[in-house]
Amino acid sequence: MEPIDQDLEESELELPSEPMKLNMGPAHPAMHGTVRIVLELSGETVNKADVQIGYLHRGFEKMCERGTWTQCFPYIDRLNYVSPMLNNNGFAMAVEKLLGIKVPERCEYYRVILGELARICDHLTCNGASAMELGAFTPFLWFIKGRDLLWDIFEEETGARLTHSFGRVGGMAKPPTIHFKDHVRTALKTVLKLVGEGESLILKNRIFLDRLEGVGRITPELALSYAWTGPCLRSTGVAYDVRKAYPYSVYDRFDFDVPVGTTGDNYDRFMVRLEEIRQSARIVEQALEQMPDDGPINVDDPRIVLPPKEEVYTTIEATIQHFKIVMEGIKVPAGECYSYSEGGNGELGFYLVSDGSGTPYRVRIRPPSFIITSALHHMIEGGMIADIIPTFGSINMIGGECDH
Amino acid sequence: MSKALIELVKKQFGSSVLGSHSQFGDDTVVIEAKRWVEVHRFLRDNPAAQMTMLVDLCAVDYPDREPRFELVTHLMSIPKKHRLRVKTLVGDHAGEGAEVGTLVELWGAANWFERETWDMMGITFLGHPDLRRILTYPEFEGHPLRKDYPANRTQPLVPYREGPDVLDKLAPFGFDEGMPFGRQTHLTQRPSLAEDPYGTYRPRPGRVRA
Repeated sequence: MEPIDQDLEESELELPSEPMKLNMGPAHPAMHGTVRIVLELSGETVNKADVQIGYLHRGFEKMCERGTWTQCFPYIDRLNYVSPMLNNNGFAMAVEKLLGIKVPERCEYYRVILGELARICDHLTCNGASAMELGAFTPFLWFIKGRDLLWDIFEEETGARLTHSFGRVGGMAKPPTIHFKDHVRTALKTVLKLVGEGESLILKNRIFLDRLEGVGRITPELALSYAWTGPCLRSTGVAYDVRKAYPYSVYDRFDFDVPVGTTGDNYDRFMVRLEEIRQSARIVEQALEQMPDDGPINVDDPRIVLPPKEEVYTTIEATIQHFKIVMEGIKVPAGECYSYSEGGNGELGFYLVSDGSGTPYRVRIRPPSFIITSALHHMIEGGMIADIIPTFGSINMIGGECDH
Repeated sequence: MSKALIELVKKQFGSSVLGSHSQFGDDTVVIEAKRWVEVHRFLRDNPAAQMTMLVDLCAVDYPDREPRFELVTHLMSIPKKHRLRVKTLVGDHAGEGAEVGTLVELWGAANWFERETWDMMGITFLGHPDLRRILTYPEFEGHPLRKDYPANRTQPLVPYREGPDVLDKLAPFGFDEGMPFGRQTHLTQRPSLAEDPYGTYRPRPGRVRA
């Protein structure tokens, strides 16, 4: 190629060094449709990132102040819509703390089993989706197949595959079905087999590992300063799990391990989640052994739990009970409490304020995704633009929870 | 949970502690707003407290009270395995003057929590580096979680801006404004229509040559 025969001024020869701005999302396929990252790029390196959320804000805290305590459950379901059962359990526990009641043992086990199955679903979705975003489509199908088997159980138990609204203050909506234990045992075996197969498809793949190892690193100090919890915090080596540190429900009766990572990169987050699937399966197996086959599922208190339907139609007492709970709501004593449990992404906290009426005065959720996303810019700044995809995938940001 | 923490705060801050309780086993101290940052710094750095984590920060609105807002933080210590709730009271009846120092320099998590509290409740955090709305959009009017904000209120459409020519219909914000890092609504002034008729104002200096 001949040189361009032109006299150019010195200043014109210089390439502009102004950093380029790029809008990633909210319609980007890897941004889950709800996050926008404004990037300042120099070449392919991210100089500065501004994570903007709120695209799925539905004012859930405001809506909760309009109904009764029980009417919050459908909203709670839609926070972390990948593991709604854990949200249900967390909220029910919080209201029960205000009421000062303890649910029957059978209910505790039922909640633990359904909750751990929901956690497996959550981790399967996160790992499957983040693998798919890197081009590994087969493991995604394997993991989602496993999730579907678990959703079949949820459908059998609750009637809904995704948003169950199955928790109740003082118990559950329904007792377990007759074949509950057999179904869970069968499904769990298949799910673990699928997880093993899916994992063997990618964990020896050089391309996949190169995208994960050493990418999106975060130090334990920074993670703690940002109040990270859950698998993302454990991947940095801090062994904090609410189920171990502050055992709630019946978690102190199970033998399980808390997997931790070492470097806090994407690979560690991926592996911590995979291992937690196995640990959750261990908990479920032990809980199935210990769970009583009969006994009440709800507390015996007519002010809290709805009477059986046949009694509502036949006796005046049950009719009045039913009317009072449905129209006025459960009367929760005035006060405030903060209750926390281990959700799919970390400590799921509820700060409830009651004024003694049947309507919550303030329902505040502490969403783990929100806090994890708030430190996302630390992980992507200085890295390559292509590394945003695995990093964002591995923190498992759930729009409903993050945006309230 | 331990009562010792409440005693520790009371001993250090004395008359600034307005009250304390342990309802439902959650230890709580209520402190004066002007010592908000100081108390949190003490709780983070004191070897007996070692609050490594700012678990949550939120506000509760009591429109009939004065001060109107309760600002609540939940702190946790991983090494000591204890928790504490710290509260303070800010704002008058109209919700004005709700100001408190920022905790951003103590915990990174405070950044988004405070932005959320500003957005939802309208409490200003003095010294916050980037106090803009987070869950709603910059043109949003009011603060939705206040009790006097009706739940069924609809927000006005973000209007077109008018240019100098009557037929001009300009987008709600300039072509560059949707992107920059500081699409600020708080404490910053956008240029007036006369100064910037087509909305081409850029908050950052333009082209820089190396």
